[in-house]
Amino acid sequence: MRYFLLVWSALLRSRTRTLLTLLSVTAAFLLFGLLDSVRVAFDSGGSVVGAHRLIVASRLSITQLLPYSLLRQIEATPGVKRATSATWFGGTYQDQPNGFPILAVGTGYFDMYPEYALSSEQLAAFDTDRSGAIAGQALADRFGWKIGDTIPLQATIFPNSDGSNAWALTLRGTFTAKDGRHGGEENQLLFHWHYFDEANRYIKGQVGWYIAWLDDPTGAIEVARTIDALSMNSDRETRSQNEQAFNQSFARQFADIGLIVTSIMGAVFFTLLLLTGNTMAQVVRERIPELATLKAIGFSNRTILALVMVESVLLIVLGGMLGMGLASAVVPILSAAVPTIGGGGGGMINLSGIPGATWTMGLALMLAISLVVGLPPALRAMRLKIVDALAGR
Amino acid sequence: MRFGRIARNLSATVLLCTGLGLWVTLPWYGALVAAATLGLWLFLTRTGRLALAATGVGIVSLPQRWGASSVVVVGIACVVGVLVAMLAMGEGFKATLNGTGSDDTAILLRGGSQVETNSIITRDQLPLIINLPGIAQDGGDRALASPELSQVVSLPGTDGTDASVQMRGVGEEAWAVRPHIRLVEGRKFEPGLREIVVGRGLFGQHRGVEVGKPLRLGNEEWSVVGVFASGDAHDSEMWTDTQTLASAYRRPFYQSVIVRLDGRDGLERLKKALADDPRLRLDALTTSDYYTRQSSGLTAAIGVLGTVIGVIMAVGAVFGALNAMYAAVAIRAREIATLRAIGFRGVPVVVAVMLETMLLALLGGLLGGLVTWVVFNGHGVSTMSDFSQVMFEFKVSPELLWTGLKWALGIGLIGGLYPALRAARLPITTALRAV
Repeated sequence: MRYFLLVWSALLRSRTRTLLTLLSVTAAFLLFGLLDSVRVAFDSGGSVVGAHRLIVASRLSITQLLPYSLLRQIEATPGVKRATSATWFGGTYQDQPNGFPILAVGTGYFDMYPEYALSSEQLAAFDTDRSGAIAGQALADRFGWKIGDTIPLQATIFPNSDGSNAWALTLRGTFTAKDGRHGGEENQLLFHWHYFDEANRYIKGQVGWYIAWLDDPTGAIEVARTIDALSMNSDRETRSQNEQAFNQSFARQFADIGLIVTSIMGAVFFTLLLLTGNTMAQVVRERIPELATLKAIGFSNRTILALVMVESVLLIVLGGMLGMGLASAVVPILSAAVPTIGGGGGGMINLSGIPGATWTMGLALMLAISLVVGLPPALRAMRLKIVDALAGR
Repeated sequence: MRFGRIARNLSATVLLCTGLGLWVTLPWYGALVAAATLGLWLFLTRTGRLALAATGVGIVSLPQRWGASSVVVVGIACVVGVLVAMLAMGEGFKATLNGTGSDDTAILLRGGSQVETNSIITRDQLPLIINLPGIAQDGGDRALASPELSQVVSLPGTDGTDASVQMRGVGEEAWAVRPHIRLVEGRKFEPGLREIVVGRGLFGQHRGVEVGKPLRLGNEEWSVVGVFASGDAHDSEMWTDTQTLASAYRRPFYQSVIVRLDGRDGLERLKKALADDPRLRLDALTTSDYYTRQSSGLTAAIGVLGTVIGVIMAVGAVFGALNAMYAAVAIRAREIATLRAIGFRGVPVVVAVMLETMLLALLGGLLGGLVTWVVFNGHGVSTMSDFSQVMFEFKVSPELLWTGLKWALGIGLIGGLYPALRAARLPITTALRAV
């Protein structure tokens, strides 16, 4: 801390250069913050509560429906506390080209998702209204829906029993995601499966997938096997997976996000290494007489090494934090502007800030880069021969 | 003095912004004209020749500053590489879906359903449909119409993860409706038997998909009897007989009917007939329109994403280039001051530094474009469209390479301008005295 002023004045020696280098680092880490949050959101999608949930879907494909009669059998399976169903209702609202997930859900759906905050009065109002609906807070805000509003939908898969595509639901409540990282899940609209079953023209007694709540997540594999055995050799075989595996297998098919992010960031950080490495080498080259003077007045070799290293770390960590900070400010805005990609498990990209994993990774990268970049010039500074350096040789 | 400098920098920035705006919209021949004008000016006017001489001095000393110069080149190459790769991905997806379908075939879907998987056409509607006007007929008056059913199935991929694949049940006329699809191995499926032909794109991508081998899908056993090639999105599908597929997975309806249109006004007549028949609430559009519409969303998304990533990277590269060029000007301060002392005025000095930066940027742009082209052109990937996988290839087109080069030169322009202005304003006496 004694030498902080020394490092600081070294950074301010050429303000333009420091500023420009800092901003390059900022740009690199802004990009890293944005891309890596998307990667993390795609890869995880899981939460601690999510481990209790088993998703039972068709083995053949995610678009094949399952018979409703399976519900009782799943509920009776040892290890399953309760179960309910959800069905993808493809529909659009007001000619929105980018739709949002609309699900027809079975009784007790909200018991399955304790991470959603919904007042008990609103839940009761929803339960008593056949054509009632619950929307995520973010979705309600986006379209300015208030409780009691009628929400007209255009069905794309299931026409009404009268053959028209118009469906009308009444908003009875809104839920918020208790964990901010899962804010993307607030983009769903949920309504009663029983109403859907009665009012649609083609599909009777069928659901998209089941959600089973497990007493003990560690026994998930055993329970999954028992449930899948129920429908073995029938024309609707099932496959049970925990929620995370289900979401991942869906997301992976859009694109190998991990690979894309890694390639881009590899290119970016390679350039950054070159750029800051060049800057740090230049910094030390220009300051040789000064460093020699410091040594002459008694600074030890190790102190000189530390001074240059600290300068490099300070420059990159400062720029990096600035970039990550900027990214965490931008992510919520972007994620509101780009609607979520609808998936079987609800909101797929849950972004309302930079996830912890990205922060950790970012910090590790900052330190690694600043060490790699700072070490060669720092060693050079340490090995300076006072006489030669002062003589300008 | 200080006020004057700020004013000059400000006006340079305004000029730069308008210049960049013009540059972005410039077509390739416009750039050619600009380059030719610059060349003429350099060789024919006195100031131009002076600028050329000053540029020569700078370029000769480039190897001495290879560290800083390579930062500019590699930084810009990186931006161009990532940008072109992202756009090539979007372009490839668009090309695959836009190349699917044709203007002389139409797809009929349930009104409002938009995509095949959402649509339902009941069996009693089919006889009504095939007798509609506007549908072409083969030699003996059978309508060229193929009732189709799509079933998404999960296939284990070679990497162990499951992929959703479109299994298409087609009618007997399907091969006549889409004559461009040809068999490259084995034979066609027999109606009534559990037999499938697979698209070339799927072949080799999934475990257990081999000609002559059984394939278990759900609780049904199928056998693969052939491979077809279409050169479009159908390459990612498996085909079988509609009736067989419907009975295997208990789906007693169709999802779409593909028809070959009879003449240019075929679609018009078909649409009119559909509107007149209250039993048929169907949408009809050409298959080419249908597939083009499906690609637009994702292509636009990739374009926006690529541009946003490109802009952030470009901003970083601009700072890097500015840094390197300021350093270059600082190192060459005495040299530049000498030039100015012996009579080189402002304009040649500014042009010299700018040209040097642009040269580095050009190198970077070419490098980035070349690497992307070598690595990614034709690289096959897949994504999800309408609940099933579509395989496509990256397409690094000349237009994209030109876009990349434009970005590179744009970055060079910004990165060179301010250091150039500084070079032109170096106080000669102090610069000459500096060691």
